[in-house]
Amino acid sequence: MGETLKNAIDWLFEPTRYFLGSAALLGAILYFRKFFSKTIWMWLFFVLGTIFFVWAFEDPDFNKIITKPDNVPILILLAGVVYFSWLALRQAVINDERIKRGEPPVEGEEGKKKVFTWPDLVYTEFICIILFTALLVIWSIEIPAPIEEPAATARTPNPSKAPWYFLGLQELLVYFDPWIAGVLLPGFIIVGLCAIPYLDTNPKGNGYYTFEGRPFAVAFFWIGFILFWVSFVILGTFLRGPNWSFFGPFEYWDVHKLEPLVNVDLATYFWVDLLSQPRPDNPLIREAPGIALLAGYFFVLPPLLAKTILKQQMKDMGFLRYNVYMHLFLWFGLIPIKMLARWVFDLKYIVGIPEWFFNV
Amino acid sequence: MEKLLQALRSTQIWRSVFRHGYPDTPRNRTLAVLSNTFLHLHPVKVRRSGIRLSYTWCMGGLTFFLFLIETITGLLLMFYYRPTAEYAYQDIFGLREHVPLGIMRELHRWSAHMMVITVWLHMYRVFLTGSYKPPREFNWNVGVILLVLTLLLSFTGYLLPWDQLAVWAITVGSNMARATPFLGHEGPGASLLAFGGLNFVHAGDDARFGLLAGRFVGEGALLRFYVLHCVGLPLAAATLMAIHFWRVRKDGGISGPL
Repeated sequence: MGETLKNAIDWLFEPTRYFLGSAALLGAILYFRKFFSKTIWMWLFFVLGTIFFVWAFEDPDFNKIITKPDNVPILILLAGVVYFSWLALRQAVINDERIKRGEPPVEGEEGKKKVFTWPDLVYTEFICIILFTALLVIWSIEIPAPIEEPAATARTPNPSKAPWYFLGLQELLVYFDPWIAGVLLPGFIIVGLCAIPYLDTNPKGNGYYTFEGRPFAVAFFWIGFILFWVSFVILGTFLRGPNWSFFGPFEYWDVHKLEPLVNVDLATYFWVDLLSQPRPDNPLIREAPGIALLAGYFFVLPPLLAKTILKQQMKDMGFLRYNVYMHLFLWFGLIPIKMLARWVFDLKYIVGIPEWFFNV
Repeated sequence: MEKLLQALRSTQIWRSVFRHGYPDTPRNRTLAVLSNTFLHLHPVKVRRSGIRLSYTWCMGGLTFFLFLIETITGLLLMFYYRPTAEYAYQDIFGLREHVPLGIMRELHRWSAHMMVITVWLHMYRVFLTGSYKPPREFNWNVGVILLVLTLLLSFTGYLLPWDQLAVWAITVGSNMARATPFLGHEGPGASLLAFGGLNFVHAGDDARFGLLAGRFVGEGALLRFYVLHCVGLPLAAATLMAIHFWRVRKDGGISGPL
């Protein structure tokens, strides 16, 4: 019974299932938000989570990965993100119902009354600080900070992992070359975050929780933050072992586990499989189909959408806002597109010009 | 007893420090905030939603608190740490060997991890309450830069123990820099920046070299990261935090419906 369950969990956490399952769950929670914002779900999450934890703790492989001192914060991150997402969703559902009835949101009602900073705010802050200090001191006494072998540039540990908060980007290295996963995408994340207040022209939801006032913004941030950042950090921490191969939570980290690499370039699909001829030598001709695809994606799609289904957005946002927004969005969209293409077609590169380090 | 306190409160020393009576009247509560250097970061009065934990999650405040913990514990750690390849590991190892009940390194490390999480959750809350919307666009941007600084602070600190975990995590992280378009020697476009057969961008002068002060994570990188971790980045973060808090006040306090 125990072994079957463990195998089932290992099977379930395989990256494609893990990612698609998380995406489906996230979509379901947002769609049935009234149902999922009930208190019972939080109780279920924490009670079942604790039971699972106690049960799984006996397993040597699970124990080994979960009790690594630097992995403790990831568990706090997981619990924190689940809890606070639920808390925000719950307040959004309540506010949405109030707004539908023509009442102001809860925060609006509260905003009419002002309270003194001393003592109301000061003592809240004080209690937060005390509790947090207690948590940190207990944590520090219980778990010593790790120190490994002295640095040796000749001995590469396997796996070599970046600090945990960058593991989402390291996970993207499976699908993209370093210049995209490690330079362009982080750059776009920072630029994109900075651009948010200037691109979001919707005046609703300023200063209160809501979903229906700004469904796209909230859903987009949930997907970006939870699915493509936090869930990747968790995947990279607990489920990626030697050679960055996938290992289930109950699986032994075997250095010799090899996943066969059978990925094929788009150019090979086009020239060899479709036209039955060898790949041309000139990289520009060889990669013409991929370049055409990308050019269409980045430069034809935005004006095309502006003329058709996004006409209203284009009008509301104006030319500059619309184009900045579309390009940031399309770069983000490239991630799931490439992931799906990898899973379905074993696609390696859309455009692969290793001669110039230009691989997409 | 009562008389003693009364006498104490009427001394010149007491009155030179506290400009108001016990804060149980509106007047004294106002003065308590206004006449205190630290409390005056707050407005005198706040919206009720601004003090409700389920609204604010207290994550911004905790981030600032963790920054203070990091500053204090970091200062203490600096007394016992020499940023050279010869001593760095020994000094960190020595902390565990020679200080039986010491938890300063633990507090520093776990608080650093927590600070990354609280920053993320703070931004999550600010996004979900739409608090980046006008008039707070600029402050959101200051916040994004503070997020980057927090990650850089943690990243530079990661190297300092000079153990296998540290060196290889920084190696993996900084390897990305050599793929920077035009600026990294394995980045797209770098090979175009050449004159005749001579490459301008190579392993000895590219973005990664600038980050690490060398072709690999070595002594130069350790000193560079140490200086950035202990002086450069904290100064930048402290300055931006001052702007961040001041703008929270100027932009109308903790957000609420307009």
